[in-house]
Formats: sequence, structure tokens, C-alpha cells
Amino acid sequence: MIIASNVSKKFGKLKALDDVSVTCLKGECIALIGPNGCGKTTLIKSTLGMVVCDSGFITFNGNNIRHDWKYRARIGYMPQIGRYPENMTIGQVLDMMKDIRGCKNENLDEELISQFGLQDILKKRMSTLSGGTRQKVSAALAFLFNPEVLILDEPTAGLDPVSSEILKAKIITEKNKGKLVLITSHILSELDDLISQVIYMQDGRICFHKSIANLQQETGEAKLSKAIAQVMLKR
Amino acid sequence: MKKIIKYVIIDILRNKIVLAYTVFLLLISITIFNLEDNSAKGLLSLLNIILIIVPLVSMLFSAIYVYNSSEFLELLVSQPLKRRTIWLSLFFGLSASMAFAFFIGAGIPILLYEATETGFMMLGTGLLLSVIFVAIAMLAAVMARDKAKGIGVVILLWLYFSIIFDGLILFVLFQFADYPLEKIMVGAVAFNPIDLSRILILLKMDVSALMGYTGAIFKDFFGAQTGLIISFTVLITWVVIPAWLSLRKFNHKDL
Repeated sequence: MIIASNVSKKFGKLKALDDVSVTCLKGECIALIGPNGCGKTTLIKSTLGMVVCDSGFITFNGNNIRHDWKYRARIGYMPQIGRYPENMTIGQVLDMMKDIRGCKNENLDEELISQFGLQDILKKRMSTLSGGTRQKVSAALAFLFNPEVLILDEPTAGLDPVSSEILKAKIITEKNKGKLVLITSHILSELDDLISQVIYMQDGRICFHKSIANLQQETGEAKLSKAIAQVMLKR
Repeated sequence: MKKIIKYVIIDILRNKIVLAYTVFLLLISITIFNLEDNSAKGLLSLLNIILIIVPLVSMLFSAIYVYNSSEFLELLVSQPLKRRTIWLSLFFGLSASMAFAFFIGAGIPILLYEATETGFMMLGTGLLLSVIFVAIAMLAAVMARDKAKGIGVVILLWLYFSIIFDGLILFVLFQFADYPLEKIMVGAVAFNPIDLSRILILLKMDVSALMGYTGAIFKDFFGAQTGLIISFTVLITWVVIPAWLSLRKFNHKDL
């Protein structure tokens, strides 16, 4: 579904992505992990067209995303740090996104809005929100349009335990519907029951891309955190 | 595109600066027209104020607005929208607001007190100047990632267009006083939209005799139909080129 071929991106002298090639298929739930600054967010932003890569290309369903923009209608993106127009209220942001996407009300998935209790604070301005509430708005927006692909950049960072459980349950239901889910996270323990594949990145390169079963077999560890720790020690 | 322009304009109206700018222009124009017994004289005084204030406010406000809406831009870029649509909507939203503010603030008093050819010329150039400086500010804002740097560049550009450029022209004129530079001066004016607007309006006002020999040359050139068409084309070029360059830059910008 999403195929990146030899993607490179430099920010000044720093090589954020170095010849990255990756294939993500429908129905997979992929964890993108690696140390800070290894290029996870840059890779995600390149797939969304927010960062324009220097060389290589990314295709979405066979179309190069460079000259395409409609494909973004099929992606729900939850950024690491949600940045919204500060003087708008939550309700206005939601309405604006619905208006821009031109969605009819019946296709919307407003489950997260109600589960997070966002409908009670629709009148609050974005500038007054706490980090966690902002994160809830981002999550609600990512799932709102029933997208085929979900890209979640550290979805549970800053969420309270109850909300992060709600979000995880939601991710699992969407995954079971056959959607492609791409998650980055540093909390490996919470990925255990979500993911089917792991991509491990370091210094802008992909170290490995394996299915979770494969990884467990190779390392003999059932837990993802331990398996990854073993792989990292071996290197 | 219409939807995004709508959101940009709603957002601009919500922060009251443009409103304050409109009221300020309105106060100045009405005061000036009431102070002078001859409204043609009033127009001349208004001209000098407008040529300073309109570029400054258009540029500063647009640059700060573009920086402050970086979140909004980031949000829109991850949506199924063309970058071109996003940037042009921002440009049209800003231009429409600034031009509308000028029209209400200065245009209506001009039409009320001095609805002559000169008045219309001033209204037209004022509207064009508003849009030109929105385009220039957006170019500066997309080139410089750092907010302080971008706004600094905008202020320097304003200084250049309103003060330094005239200084340079005077310097060249005095240094090469022995050479016939009049025709070159006509060409040089094309590099500064503010000067071009000023000359266009002054020529309509019959005060061009004060400008001496160069004034006669200007009158010869800008007074004719073709001169007028050429100068407006130059002014429109001042909108199109910065807007186009900024669009190209924005298309490849990392957010």
C-alpha cells in the first residue's frame, strides 16, 4: 500500500533519512521504533508529503505521492505534537476539518470524540488545552474520517492510563477491520498486543523489518521489549 | 480553495488588528480632508501618509500572520489539499483583507471628498500597493524559517522601498549630474512600486511642474496612455513575481 524506495533526506548536514526502502501492506500493524532522532518522524512526514525528500520516491497504492495530493484523504495522521490554530475552539477545529474534507456526517467515526468526552469541552479554545487533551483531539481527528491508513506518531505519549487504553482498543478494532496501522512509540510494552510487524531504525537507516513472530523465534523472547533489547545488544 | 480563504478571513477578522488599521486610516483620511479647505490639497497630504503606512502595515501584518499560522499550515498540509491551494488561499485571504481595509479606511473618504480622476488613481494604486506588499511579505516569510529574521527582513525591505531607494536614486543623480539620466530614471522607478505609485498620482495632480525637467520627462512618459498601461503592468508584475516565487518555495518547504 505504501512503498518507499531509496528515500533520502538531509536537514543541513544531518542525514535524517539515508536510503530508506520500506513496504507496508494492507492489514498490517507496524511499529516503527528506534532511538530519538533516528528519522521515524521524518519518514512519517515524508509519507504525508509534509517533508519533501531529496531523492527516492514514495508511492501510495502505486501512485507517486510527489504529484498526488488526494491520497491524503485516505490517511488519518496523528502528529507527535498536535499543533492547531490557537484561537479556535475544539468544536471549530473539528468542524473545519469536516468542512475541508467535505465529509458527509454519516461516514464519520465519532466514537473517540464521545469516549474521550470531547463533546463536553467543544467550546474550549485550543490555547487553553493541556498536552493530553490536545493529544485526544489529534487522536479523534485521525480516526474521524474512517481512513484506510492510520499513521500514529507516539499516540499514547501524554495520555492518562484510561485514555490510552481507550485509544489502544480503538487501534485494535481498526486493525481488525483490515486497515494499515503505522505506530511509532518508545513504550514497547504497550505495543505487544497491537502490532504484527516491527521496523527498527537507527541513524536514518532501517536496521530490520520483521514480523513479530519471526522476531520472537529469532530471539526466543515473547516480550517485544526484551526481544528488541536482545537485538540491540547483539549489534 | 474558497473554504480555506473563508477560514483565513474569519481568522484575520477575529484578531482585531485589521479592524484597528481600518479605523486608523479612516480617522486620518477624514481628518486630513476636513483640515484642508481644498480637498485636492488634502489628497496630496493623504498621499504621503498612505505611501508610508500602507506598505508598512501590509508587510508587517502579513509576515507576522504567516508565521503565526504555521500551525494552521501544518495541519492543512497533512490534509488532502494541494499545497498550491493552501498558499494561494492564504495569499488571497490576506490580500482581500488588506485591500478591503484600505478601501473602507481610505477609499471611501477619497470617493466622498475627491471623486476625481486623481482620487480614483490614488484608490487604485493604494489597493495595488496593499496586495504588492502582502506578496513581498509572504515571500520573505517563506524564505526565512526564523520568525525574528523574517520580520527583520520585512522591516528592512520597507526601509529600502520607502527611504533607501530614494536616497540611492538621489545619489546616482548627483554623481552623474553631467549625464542625461532622465530616461534611465524612468526605468529605475519600475524597481520601486512606492515611487511608481507616487509619480502616477503626482502627475495626475498637476504638481508635476514642481519636479523640473525630470518631471517633464515623466509626464511625457507616464501621462500618455501607453505609459499608464505600462506602469500598471509593472505594478501587477510586482504582485505576480513575489507571489509566484513564494509559491514555488512553499511547494518544496519542509513543515
